[in-house]
Amino acid sequence: MTTLLELDQVEAHYGPVQALRDVSLTVSEGEVVAVLGANGAGKTTTLRAISGTVARSGSIELEGKELKGGPEAAAKAGIAHVPEGRGTFVDLTVIENLRLGAYTRRDRKVKEDITRVSEYFPWMVERGGQRAGTLSGGEQQMLALARALMSRPRLLLLDEPSLGLAPMIVREFFRIVRELNEKEGLTVLVVEQDARIALRSSSRAYVLEVGKVALTGTSEQLRGDESVRRSYLGY
Amino acid sequence: MVAAAFADFMQQVVSGLAAGGIYAALALALVIIHRSTGVINFSQGEMATLSTYIAWTLTVNHGWSYWPAFVATLGFSFLFGVVTHRVVIRPVERGNVLRVVIVTIGLLIAFNGFVVWQWSGEPQALPSPFGTDTVDIGGVIVSVQDVGTIAVTIGIVILLWLLFQFTKVGLALRAAAVNPEEARLVGVRVTWMLALGWGLAAVLGAVAGMLTAPSVGLDPQMMQPILIYAFAAAVLGGIDSPFGAVVGGLTLGVLLNLIGVYVDFVGPELKLPVALLVILVVLLVRPSGLFGRPEVKRV
Repeated sequence: MTTLLELDQVEAHYGPVQALRDVSLTVSEGEVVAVLGANGAGKTTTLRAISGTVARSGSIELEGKELKGGPEAAAKAGIAHVPEGRGTFVDLTVIENLRLGAYTRRDRKVKEDITRVSEYFPWMVERGGQRAGTLSGGEQQMLALARALMSRPRLLLLDEPSLGLAPMIVREFFRIVRELNEKEGLTVLVVEQDARIALRSSSRAYVLEVGKVALTGTSEQLRGDESVRRSYLGY
Repeated sequence: MVAAAFADFMQQVVSGLAAGGIYAALALALVIIHRSTGVINFSQGEMATLSTYIAWTLTVNHGWSYWPAFVATLGFSFLFGVVTHRVVIRPVERGNVLRVVIVTIGLLIAFNGFVVWQWSGEPQALPSPFGTDTVDIGGVIVSVQDVGTIAVTIGIVILLWLLFQFTKVGLALRAAAVNPEEARLVGVRVTWMLALGWGLAAVLGAVAGMLTAPSVGLDPQMMQPILIYAFAAAVLGGIDSPFGAVVGGLTLGVLLNLIGVYVDFVGPELKLPVALLVILVVLLVRPSGLFGRPEVKRV
């Protein structure tokens, strides 16, 4: 497997507060990798460092090329970041959200892709004219995912997709992510509070503690790990 | 007798719509900037005046005919707006909105000073592209100037609506204004979109200025009352609603014109206080205006 994303000794600060101390991780092409950890461990910041929404140092490479600049540059390089709290454009319609997802693309196949993407979310077709703000939380999360797919990303970053959603919807969401991974080879880096579903949906995982990678392994191994079980799975 | 009174009334409505179209154009400029930058651009009127002087220089001093000068002025105004944002607004945009407000008030004074320095305070006459003829539409006599003004403002509003609704850049402009963080994540270069918004606002202002000058005369203070009317129109329609700005502008234009003609104790001189009264009443009774959505603070 070829390495798609490589973080080497990444640090990040919010003003004087150091959020990431030393994060090194890799994601290979076609993998689903989970990042676990307690509140404030640096999960969200890791994603924000990758997409350039927080100032960082150290090296972040996508396909061997150093990622520089802000989120616009990351989007152009093929990174689709679905931020915590969904990040849909609530004033815009479903279709407009999808069109915006394809903003960095210069080809003319956007319409075809809307059809292709909405195969995973059949309800979006008939409700294309609806304002995103009037959708339910689960629907908005699906829309955020669909919008990310519209950019034909090399790498999908998901930040706490389960937040505030009913368990059934969370399962549905991860089912679609797995399907995308299996069918289309989509590479995913997902940050999740819900360790159970994250470890079930990923092949490998990292555990962050106070801005550092504390533990890593296959999701299988981590499920069996005593400390992970006690801290994050709760049994 | 009744028919004559009705014809007279309709005449006043039409010239009210013409004035209202101008308010609407400038109100739309205010709304575009308020949506993206979050402040009222107090220098919008002076920017429009400066643009109108460019049109005057091109037609009167350089002998251009009206429409080429009109288009060239729009082009100039667009760049003027973009540069103003990049050079002056962008450095102060982050943080306290009060800073931006103060900067736009500073720009008001600076642009006004520049106009006086460059073109003197003497009133000038900008030719009207529509002439001084009148037409008879079903017994209602209206001036071609009024009809032309209405047509140009409607045209520009429709063009703008098409831009915002159906083009990729229009979509990006809307996304950047409402949700800058997320817009950056999908690859929209937000600061350029804001500059573009300032450019479009300056174009709208230029249209308003060029349509105002033929009837009231071009002088450095020309757009100051118009800015108050535009502000009233924007507040009436909802300060974040482009549609509201247009409806508010037209409503205000007709309302003020009718009040000025038919309400004896007001008369044309007291139109401005009536506009201020409209602002006050709307802010007291319905702060989000006719078409604005009430502000919801999320914590």
